This record gives sequence, C-alpha cells and structure tokens, in this order.
Amino acid sequence: MPNLSPRVNLVLRSIVAALLGLGTFVARAADTMENAYWNMPKGVTEISHRVWWLHMYAFWICVVIGVLVFGVMFYSLFAHRRSKHPVPATFHESTTVEIAWTIAPFIILIAMAVPAAGTLIKMYDTRNADLTIKITGYQWKWQYEYVDQGVSFFSTLESKANAARQLHSGIDPKTVPNYLHDADNYLILPVGKKVRFLLTSDDVIHGWWVPDLAVKKDAIPGYINEMWAKIDEPGTYRGQCTVLCGRDHGFMPIVVKAVSEPEYEQWLAQQKGANAAPAPAAAATPAATEVAGAEPAPIPAASAPAAAPAADAAKPAAAAAPAKLGHDELVKNGEKIYASTCAACHQATGQGMKPAFPALVGSAVVAGPVDGHITQILKGKNAMPPFGPQLSDADVAAVATYERNSWGNHSGDVQPAQVAALRGK
Amino acid sequence: MATHAPAAPVETGSSRYFVPNPSVWPFILTAALALVVYGVAGYLEDRALPIKPMIIAGAVLAFYIIFRWCRDVAMESEHGSYNLQVDRTFRWGMSWFIFSEVMFFGAFFGALFYTRMLSVPWLGGDGSKLLTNLVLWPHFEAGWPSNGPGHVGGEFEGMEAWGLPAINTLLLITSSFTVTWAHHALKENKRLKCILFMWVTIALGATFLFCQAKEYMHAYDVQNLTLHSGVYGSTFFMLTGFHGMHVTLGTLMLIIITLRLMSGHFKPDRHFGFEGVAWYWHFVDVVWIGLFTFVYVL
Amino acid sequence: MAEAHAHDDHGHDHSHDHAHGPDKGIMRWIKTTNHKDLGTLYLWFSATMFIIGGLMSLAIRAELWQPGMQYFDPELFNQFTTMHALVMIFGGVMPGFVGLANWMVPMTIGASDLALPRVNNWGFWILPFAFTLLLSTFFLPGGAPAGGWTIYPPLVLQTGNSFPLLVFAIHLMGISSITGAINVVVTILNMRAPGMTLLKMPLFAWSWLITAYLLIAVMPVLAGAVTMLLTDKYFGTSFFNAAGGGDPVMFEHIFWFFGHPEVYILILPSFGIISTIIPTFARKPLFGYASMVYAMGSIAFLSFIVWAHHMFTVGIPLAGELFFMFSTMLIAVPTGVKVFNWVATMWQGSMTYETPMLFAVAFVFLFSIGGFSGLMLALAPVDFQYHNTYFVVAHFHYVLVPGAVFGIIAAVYYWIPKWTGVMYNETLGKVHFWWSVIWINVTFFPQHFVGLAGMPRRIPDYAVQFTDFNQISTIGAFLFFIGQFVFFYNILRCALWRTGMKPATARVWEGAYGLEWTVPSPAPYHTFEDPPHVTDAESPWAH
Ligand code: HEA
Ligand code: HEA
Ligand code: HEC
Ligand code: CUA
Ligand SMILES: [Cu+2]
Repeated sequence: MPNLSPRVNLVLRSIVAALLGLGTFVARAADTMENAYWNMPKGVTEISHRVWWLHMYAFWICVVIGVLVFGVMFYSLFAHRRSKHPVPATFHESTTVEIAWTIAPFIILIAMAVPAAGTLIKMYDTRNADLTIKITGYQWKWQYEYVDQGVSFFSTLESKANAARQLHSGIDPKTVPNYLHDADNYLILPVGKKVRFLLTSDDVIHGWWVPDLAVKKDAIPGYINEMWAKIDEPGTYRGQCTVLCGRDHGFMPIVVKAVSEPEYEQWLAQQKGANAAPAPAAAATPAATEVAGAEPAPIPAASAPAAAPAADAAKPAAAAAPAKLGHDELVKNGEKIYASTCAACHQATGQGMKPAFPALVGSAVVAGPVDGHITQILKGKNAMPPFGPQLSDADVAAVATYERNSWGNHSGDVQPAQVAALRGK
Repeated sequence: MATHAPAAPVETGSSRYFVPNPSVWPFILTAALALVVYGVAGYLEDRALPIKPMIIAGAVLAFYIIFRWCRDVAMESEHGSYNLQVDRTFRWGMSWFIFSEVMFFGAFFGALFYTRMLSVPWLGGDGSKLLTNLVLWPHFEAGWPSNGPGHVGGEFEGMEAWGLPAINTLLLITSSFTVTWAHHALKENKRLKCILFMWVTIALGATFLFCQAKEYMHAYDVQNLTLHSGVYGSTFFMLTGFHGMHVTLGTLMLIIITLRLMSGHFKPDRHFGFEGVAWYWHFVDVVWIGLFTFVYVL
Repeated sequence: MAEAHAHDDHGHDHSHDHAHGPDKGIMRWIKTTNHKDLGTLYLWFSATMFIIGGLMSLAIRAELWQPGMQYFDPELFNQFTTMHALVMIFGGVMPGFVGLANWMVPMTIGASDLALPRVNNWGFWILPFAFTLLLSTFFLPGGAPAGGWTIYPPLVLQTGNSFPLLVFAIHLMGISSITGAINVVVTILNMRAPGMTLLKMPLFAWSWLITAYLLIAVMPVLAGAVTMLLTDKYFGTSFFNAAGGGDPVMFEHIFWFFGHPEVYILILPSFGIISTIIPTFARKPLFGYASMVYAMGSIAFLSFIVWAHHMFTVGIPLAGELFFMFSTMLIAVPTGVKVFNWVATMWQGSMTYETPMLFAVAFVFLFSIGGFSGLMLALAPVDFQYHNTYFVVAHFHYVLVPGAVFGIIAAVYYWIPKWTGVMYNETLGKVHFWWSVIWINVTFFPQHFVGLAGMPRRIPDYAVQFTDFNQISTIGAFLFFIGQFVFFYNILRCALWRTGMKPATARVWEGAYGLEWTVPSPAPYHTFEDPPHVTDAESPWAH
C-alpha cells in the first residue's frame, strides 16, 4: 500500500504491546474461565475437555484478530478524522496487500480446522463401548433402556418444578431446587466406562444434551443416532431437550448421575429385582422401572367385561383379575401418573386447553364406557399420543380411575385386568 | 420513456425506455390469489367458511386478470411500444424465470436422490446407520422402488419405463422439433407452415397429457401405486405431477400463441412472445428427459 | 416514509407528456408502476413489519424476564418466536432491501426505472396479502404456527388450522421475492446507462445483482420444501416419514439449502450499502473495488455448499460433517477481505461522522463480532455445545440487527435527502445512533454468556441461574425498541412535515460519488429519461 505513513509503525508497535498485555490477562483469565457461569463448562470427559479447549482457542483467535483489525480501525477513526487529517489519501488498491490478507486468514483457519477435525473424529468413534443405553424422546419425556439388561424407565420433569412452571402458578421457581433441571428418574451411569447411547424419538425431533459430557445429538423419529461418553468423575450432570419439540419443549430435563462401578452394579441389580417381581403397586413411584420387552402378560381374556355397563365394570373384572386394587389405591396412584403424564395437556385441573386439548371434566369419553376410555389411553387419538407402550396395565387402570373420580366425574373404577383385556386389540 | 400512450413510437433518443401505464391488474390478481389460497386452506382444514365459492370466484377472477394482463402486453407489443431494449428485457426475464423453475424441480429431484441414495439404504442398515435397521426396522431390506420399512400404502408395482413413458418421451422430443420448425417458418415468414407446426406441437403435447393420465389411472387402479405409496409414490407423483402441470400450462400457452399467430400477430424478426413460449416448451422437455432417466429408467 | 411524499408534487420536472400522470389518492399507490413509488411502498411495509416483529420480540423478552411462566402459555410463546422470525426476515429485512433496490438500483446505474414495472407492482402487492394471511393465523383456533421459523417436520405437521396458510403465505412471499429479484437482475444486466460497464457499477448494485441471483436460485427450493410438507400432511406422501422410506432430516437439508443462502441474502445488500457510505464520509475511493466484487461472488458461491452447518447434530456421516465444517470456515476469507477493505478505505481518509457513517462504522465492528461467533459455530465439535443455545441466538442477532438492520437504517439516512429533498435532523440522528448502539449490545451480548452456560433457545422458561443475563437482555431490548421511534420521527418529518426544513443539495454529501447525486433532490418522479452520460468521475475506483 503506497503512502503508508510512519504512523503504521507506531500502530504496529502499540498493537504488539497490547497483545503482550492481553497475553498475561489471558493466562490469568483462563483460570477463572473454567466452569464460570458465563462460559462453557469444561465438563467431565476427555472429549468435553478437548471441546472446551477448542472453544477457548477459537475464541482467543477471534479476540486477537478483532483487536488487531479494530485497533487499526479505531485508530484510523480517531487519527484520520477530518479535523486532524483534512486531505484524504487517494490510494484505492494494492494487489500485494489484498493477496496478503486473503492468505493470512486462510492459514489461521487451517490452524483451527486441524484440531477441530481431530476432535470430531474421536467423537464419532462409538466402537468398543462397555455398555449401551437406548434413549427415546417423547413429547415430553425421555425413556432410557439399558440394552440387554432388561431395565427401562421414563424420566420427566420433577413434580415440584412442574407445579411451579404452570402459568400463574404463584410458586417462585427460586424455591425449587434445580428448577427445570431436575427429573423424577435419573439416568444412572458408571464412571470410567465407555457408554454408547442410541438415540431416537417416538414422535417429533428432540435433542439430548448434557453440557458436562459435551454430548448433544438430535433424536430423529425412525432413525438411530449414536454418540458416546466416558465420564471421569462421579456427580450429577444436568441438561435439557435442545430441539424445539412443541409446547413443553422447555420442560424436558435430562439428569445423568454418574456413580462408581460397584454402586452402579448394585443399582442395576436392584432395578432388575424390582422388575422381577412386578407388584402392580410398584407403579406407585411414577414411571418406576419396568422390564423392557416384558409387557405385562395379558390376563386371560375370559375376564374381559366388554359388554359390562361402565358403572359396575369393576365387579366382573374383580372376580377374575389376580390383582384387584382398592379404589383409594387406584386414585392415589392415578393422581401421580396423571400429574406426570397427562397434566401437560389436560392440565392438573382436568380443564384441558381449548381448543387443542379437550377438558376431561364432563368429558363424554370419561363418563362413557370404560373400554372407550381405556382404548383412548392405550392407543391415543389424533394429537394425543398412545400411552400403551409407556404405562403398565396397573398404571392405565389407575389413571383412568383417577379421571373417572375427579373434578366432579363419577363413572366408576377401572381394574388392570380390563386394561389387559383391551391391550393388543 | 414515459410512453404512456401505448401507441407512441419508440427508439427515438428520448424514448429509450418503456414504462407501462399504471395498472390495477397486479393488485386484483393478488387479491384473487389470496381468495383461492384462503379457500383451499379452509378446505384442507375443514373450516366452516364459504369455501367453494371462494375458490371458484378467486380462480375465475385470477384467470380473467391474467387474460387481460396478457392482452395488454400483446397489444402493447403489436402497437410497437416495445423497443429492442424491452425485447432484451423480456429475454432476460424469461431466462431467469426458467432458471427459477429449474430450481423448483431441483428440490424434488433432490428429494428423489436423497431418498433413493441415502434414506432408504440407511433404513436398510447401510453406512453408519446399521443400528437404525437392527433396532428399529429389523426386517427391512432396502431396494428401489420402495415404500419404506412401514410398507406405507401397501404392496405396489413400480413404473415400467419402456411402455407409455417411452412413447411420451418420443412425443415430447418430437414436439420440441416441431416447435423449432414452426419458429423457423415464422422467421421465413411462412405463416401457414408455422401455424401448422404449432398445431402439431399442441397435438403432441395434448397426447402426452392424455398418455400421462392413462398412466396415472393404471397406476392407481392396477398397480396400487398411489401418492400414499411411501417415498416411491411420493417422488414419482410429485415429480411427474408437477411436470404434467407445466406441460398443461405450456400447451395452453402454445394455444394462445397459435391463436395470436392466426390473427396475424408477430413479425418474422420480432416475436418474443412466440420465442418465450418455445423456450418454456423446451424447458418442459428437458425436465422430462431428466424424469425419464431418473424416475423411470434408472 | 419520507420518500412517500417526496413527489406528491409530482408535477415538477416533467415538462413533457403525462397526458395522464399518476392517479390520485389511494389508486395511485395501488396502480403505480413507478420504481420510486414502489420503493416507498416497500419501505413503509418493511417499517410496519419491523414494528410488528419488534413487538413480538418484546413479548418474548418480557416472558424471559424471570424464570417461571408469567404472561403466556408456552404454546403462545412458541408462536411468538416463530412469527417474530418470519415477520422480521420475510417482512422486515427482505422488503426493506427490495425497497432500497427499487429506489436506488435504477438511479445508481442510470436507468429510468426497473425493467418490468408492472411485475414490480405485483411483487409488492403480494406482500400485504401474504402477511395478512400469515398474521391472521394468530386468530384461528389453535393459533399461529409454533414450530420455529425453520418449520421442521414432524413438529410443524402438528400445526393446526394455520398450517395451510403458513405454507401458502410462504409460497406467495416466494413469488414476490422471485419477481422482485428477476426485476433487479434484468435491470442491472440490461438497463445500465451507456458506458456503465459492470466494473464501473456502484457496489450497491453489485451486491443486489448477487443477492437477486441467490434469491432466484433458492426461493423456489423453499417453495418445493413447503409443498412437500403440505402433501405429507394432507395427501399421504412420505417425504419426511421414515416408515415410508423418507427422512425428517431430508427436510432440514432442503430447508437449509435455501436457508443458508438466505442469510447472505439478508446481508449482501448491507455490504453494498456500507461499501457506498464509507468512501463518501472518508472522502476517499473505496479500497479494493474489484476484490469486493470477487469477495461477494465467492460468498455467494460458498453459500451453496455450507448448508449443513446448521445440522451438525443431526447425525450426518463423518465425511459430510468435515466437508461442511471446512467449507463454512472458508467463508471467513472473502468476508475478511471485505472487512479489511472497509478499514483500508477509512485509513488515511478525511472522515466525518454523520449519522449514516456512524451506523456504517458500527456495522463493520458489530457485524464482525457476529461473524467471529459464526466462525466459532462453524467448528463442528464445538457446535455440539453451542447448537440450539442462546449463543446461536446471539450470533445471528449480531449479524442481523447491527448487521442487516443497521445497513437499512444507514441507507435510509444516507439517501433520504435524495428521496425527500430535505435533510433529516442530524442531532436526532446521532441520538438515535448512540442509543441504538448501546442497547443493542446490552440486548444481545449477554446472550452469548447464557448460551455458553447452557440455556437452550426456544424455551419460554429457564433454570434460575440464567436470570441475571436474561434481565439485562430484556432491559436492552425494550430500550432499543423505544429508541427506534426517534428514527421514525426523524424520517416522518422529512416525509410528511417538511415545510421549513433545510433543503438538500443535489450532491447532499460532499464526498459522495454516483449518478444518483447528479440529479436534483428530491429526485424527479422519472429520472434519466435520457440516459445519463457516465463519466469516470462518478466511479473513482475504476481508474
Ligand atoms: C445475516 C445473516 C448471517 C450471516 C452473515 C451469518 C454469517 C455466518 N454464520 Fe450464521 N446464522 C445466521 C445468520 C447469519 N450468519 C442465522 C439466522 C442462524 C440461525 C438460524 C436458526 O437456526 O434459526 C445462523 C446460524 C449459524 C450456524 C449454525 C449454528 C447452530 O445452529 O448450531 C453456523 C455454524 O457454522 C453459522 C456460521 C456462520 C459463519 C461461519 C458466518 C460467516 O459468514 C461469518 C464470516 C465473518 C467473519 C469471520 C468476521 C469478519 C472476518 C474477518 C475480520 C477476517 C478474519 C477472521 C478470521 C480468519 C477468523 N451460522
Ligand atoms: C432480521 C431478523 C431479526 C431481527 C431484526 C430481530 C430482532 C430482535 N430479536 Fe430476533 N430472531 C430472529 C430474527 C430477528 N430478530 C430469528 C430468525 C429468530 C429465531 C426464531 C426461531 O427460533 O425460530 C429470532 C429469535 C429471537 C429470540 C429467541 C427466541 C427463542 O429462542 O425463543 C429472541 C429473544 O430474545 C429475539 C429477540 C429479538 C429482539 C429483542 C430484537 C430487537 O432487535 C427488535 C427491535 C428491532 C426493531 C424494532 C427493528 C428496528 C428496525 C428499524 C428501525 C428499521 C426501520 C426500517 C425502515 C425505515 C425501512 N429474537
Ligand atoms: C400430548 C398431549 C396429551 C397428553 C400428554 C395426553 N392427552 Fe389425552 N388428549 C389429547 C388430545 C389432543 C385429545 C383429543 C383427541 C381427539 O379427540 O382428537 C385427548 C383426549 C383425551 C380423552 C378424551 C376426552 C374427550 O372428551 O374427547 C381422554 C379421556 C384423555 N385424553 C385421557 C388422557 C390421559 C389419561 C392421559 C395420560 C395418561 C392423557 N390423556 C395424556 C392430548 C393429550
Ligand atoms: Cu423435546 Cu424439545
Ligand atoms: Cu448458515
């Protein structure tokens, strides 16, 4: 560039000085940068550390370029204003300079691309995993299946937060621990093991993200995405759904609890035990475990009171069903399931949200024959998803009973056997 | 410019530009389109609106306006309002419009390539998606034609290339020749020959449409190949369907141009209306060759 | 705005013909084929949409003031987010740019009007209808679309009554954009004054030539994509349904094949504006004219092969991921060339800081901040952490608001004296600038922090640790919005209440080059009825 004044020299020198100063600041700041609440967490896996490093590396490169370029610009704005520099220069091109500042960024980019590519390749390597978890997204909850272990459960927003997050709930979220970042059931993982995740969805696209693991992938219905993590430190790591998935997208927390191996084994055994003796009442802890693939065996169809009038539907079922439940128990369990599973749409008050989600108060289906009611829950209808795959017979019976006996509805009880009879029809 | 009076002569120094009179057609056309669109939206979502009258009124109005608008343009042209620059403008305009149409078809061809080469093989366990197949669609084997692992729409038969479609290809290629011959005839001021070839072209286009309709009926009635037949049915009908709509439009334009020819419009050296339609016809032809190759043959 | 009534006294300067000049009253605007009238209409429309979109953003920011649900149902919140983006992009920025192109492209290349004036009228009048359809969905049962502006299936297929209107509104906007773009391309290719070679053409026209090319190439693809959504929902096709062999991710590919070039459509005309303004106020020819043109060309080319950087987390095979990472990073090179050229134009100039220049300088600086965060996002492994967080929201608002929108504002200040014949109030302009530049940063800078700390986007409620930054952001948003009324007042004065105001000279800015400055202010209703003589003096970069 012709006509460059000796000032350039000065500028360059002050920039170097500024950079040195910045360097010290960087070194100092880098300490406090880790896990600062305004920066990316460094996380607890080797990959997350690499990602964090790349993030900071890219950031500082941008800062340095920014300081250089805009240092020059602001200097010029100041020094070349008309009052100080009344006669403008006339140069308007310089092939050398233009080529130089085409090539220089290119080289910087290569310096960024190389480590990024390395990390990416590592992230894609899901081979040789020690255990595999299948994660399925639903509107709006997660299902975790410990593949080959026969353990599987759902995880939804923890109930206090769920109450607080309702419009005009009057509950201050600050009083709810880990508001929106807490779930009723945690994904329990062992530390030091390579865990492979198989991610899919049952309805729309969701996103599974735990920042501390630097794992984020989209859950695509009909396809499986793979990712992995090897957690170094025990602890509880929180995240949430990251792909807009409808009304309650903001309320799909993810909580991973990493424990030592023995603890993990113990927990797993416990789960299997709990599932081995499936007392329907176990469903009292909502979304408790359930043996994957072992859908509760259909109870002999003879007991199906298909034609029984709704009001005394419970009686013939009671005669044949091995596990007849009392009214209070059904309602109590049903209330919990309702709160965690149905209230998102039909609201805790049973009023629904017009026009999308009908009220269950005074609903013809709820007041009508039991079969229709059960089938609606098992199979879903239009925008209402099918709950058959998620809820056991006892759960469905409980929630139906709850609906039939709440908010002024009085249409009798429902027993698990009736549900069993309708399942698969 | 400021040739507000359509009859004003052009090409004089100070009238290098042509600016048409203010016009109310675009506004009404848009209103008509909005009516149609609102009606169709209501129809799709079963809303209690006077849907049918809305669609019909809108469509009739739109066609009327298009007719009037086109007539204005034809009149301006015949009155010599358009100078060489306007002619170039129309050429550029038509070229870019056809380019936009190419990109529109590009979206659907993209969908065809994607489903054929990526998503269906993935569902069959190809590449990095082995587990998608093992876990979610265990008994699915990829192939083409395919209606996916869910056998959406039920068993069907794919389209055979060497029957009607091959005949259709011949029809369209021939029609591209006949329209070119018509063009040469016009340039040589052999109007009768030109008109004759135009009618041949129109007949070829109409026959094409007839065969296409036959093919569709056969697909629905005999092959159980429908819009519902998974991605094969989707891509097949959307690609050939949009193409068919373009052929219909092209044929209509050919008819209009031919009628104009018959009433004495166009000069041997100035006839962009004719050429524009011919370009469009060639474009429709080229799209068909793409379709024939990728949808039917391969 | 201003231009609106620049020529209500349209008698001036046309000595001849006009047996029947423009109609009177509303019919003038409905029937007009004049590029200045239509430019004015486009700008009015854009400003209206900016206000509507801005109000929706305030609704979003109000709900995000504190954790817990205060005002809106989550579904309504999602509707606001979706419609905010659609209105801002398709109703605010794009028509704003088209309005500027209507006004300035003919005037800067020495043409009398756009090439296809009647089509131009149609392109404009589609917009009010399209947006009436789109905005009316708020009043349908089930409300407006709520699946995000990216309208991904299967979620968007759950949209209720408003779904077909969403699709058709997008079709209509597409027609509008394509007709507008064809008009601009053809005008530039065919209607330049004699002697105005392509490399003497002002950069605003260049930027629009490339933008128009992008528009013609990608708007039809969007139309195709939404058509597939429509048939998937109502006619049983399986494009985006795995059971039928389709793939929801295929929609994302098609959408972003449109969407990424779209974001450059939203910035290139601003590049042109900035390249026009900086030389004027630096009183020095633009540095590196040719490389500016090549840079825009490269950006346009690259924009077609980077789309999947929006989809790093959908599970693209590794090779694809690497390809899209590298190609995306490459865009920093031509963009860098532009930034360096702007700085080099200022270097050793003789600068004054009138309002357009202030906005232009802020553009260079703040757009680059957005560009830097874009570059960070381009690193695929790190994008796993950034994706769908407020870090992305911060990125794109930096390139869109102090980028695209500041470009429009700068252009309005720069050319409004030419449109209306009077000067805007410089003091108010400066107030508007400083107010805007402060609050826009207060609004969007903290969003980088919450994003990094883990706050996802598109959520109506958040974990309590994100409260502080959200409150700062909300305060900034409200104050920024209010400040824009200073601007509106300033330009309305020029447009409507200009008696007694200081008349503008023909050249307006002493350092300005270009044919638009060779005609009087306000520009006559029909400029360049005789093609102007193009002298090198008006394109100082060319020699
Ligand atoms: C005007 C609009 C605009 C512009 C210009 C850009 C410019 C860029 N964008 Fe941005 N982007 C958007 C609008 C825009 N973007 C929008 C709207 C979204 C979100 C969409 C949604 O999901 O809703 C998005 C999202 C987005 C993503 C996806 C993030 C995610 O969802 O996870 C990515 C990822 O790569 C990205 C990258 C880039 C890059 C690399 C550039 C580059 O062009 C930037 C280049 C500029 C510079 C780099 C600065 C100047 C250069 C120098 C000073 C030279 C020297 C510099 C270096 C060598 C470092 N953008
Ligand atoms: C050009 C586009 C544009 C513009 C201008 C804006 C402007 C603003 N945006 Fe927007 N925004 C988007 C595009 C834009 N946004 C997109 C694409 C998304 C993603 C949506 C999605 O997730 O689907 C989004 C999402 C988005 C979110 C995230 C929502 C969520 O994830 O749930 C938030 C939250 O704060 C936000 C806030 C704001 C605010 C406070 C402004 C303020 O700056 C608004 C104030 C601005 C104005 C009032 C305009 C002033 C203009 C003028 C004065 C010019 C006048 C013109 C003429 C004279 C011709 N926006
Ligand atoms: C994703 C939202 C959603 C969830 C969660 C949901 N429902 Fe529904 N529900 C709906 C919709 C939508 C309908 C209306 C279906 C239709 O008729 O189109 C509905 C209808 C019903 C009806 C019939 C009401 C009537 O009068 O038509 C019953 C009973 C019902 N749901 C029970 C339940 C139960 C029990 C649960 C929990 C286990 C539940 N729902 C969870 C959305 C939901
Ligand atoms: Cu699930 Cu968002
Ligand atoms: Cu992009």
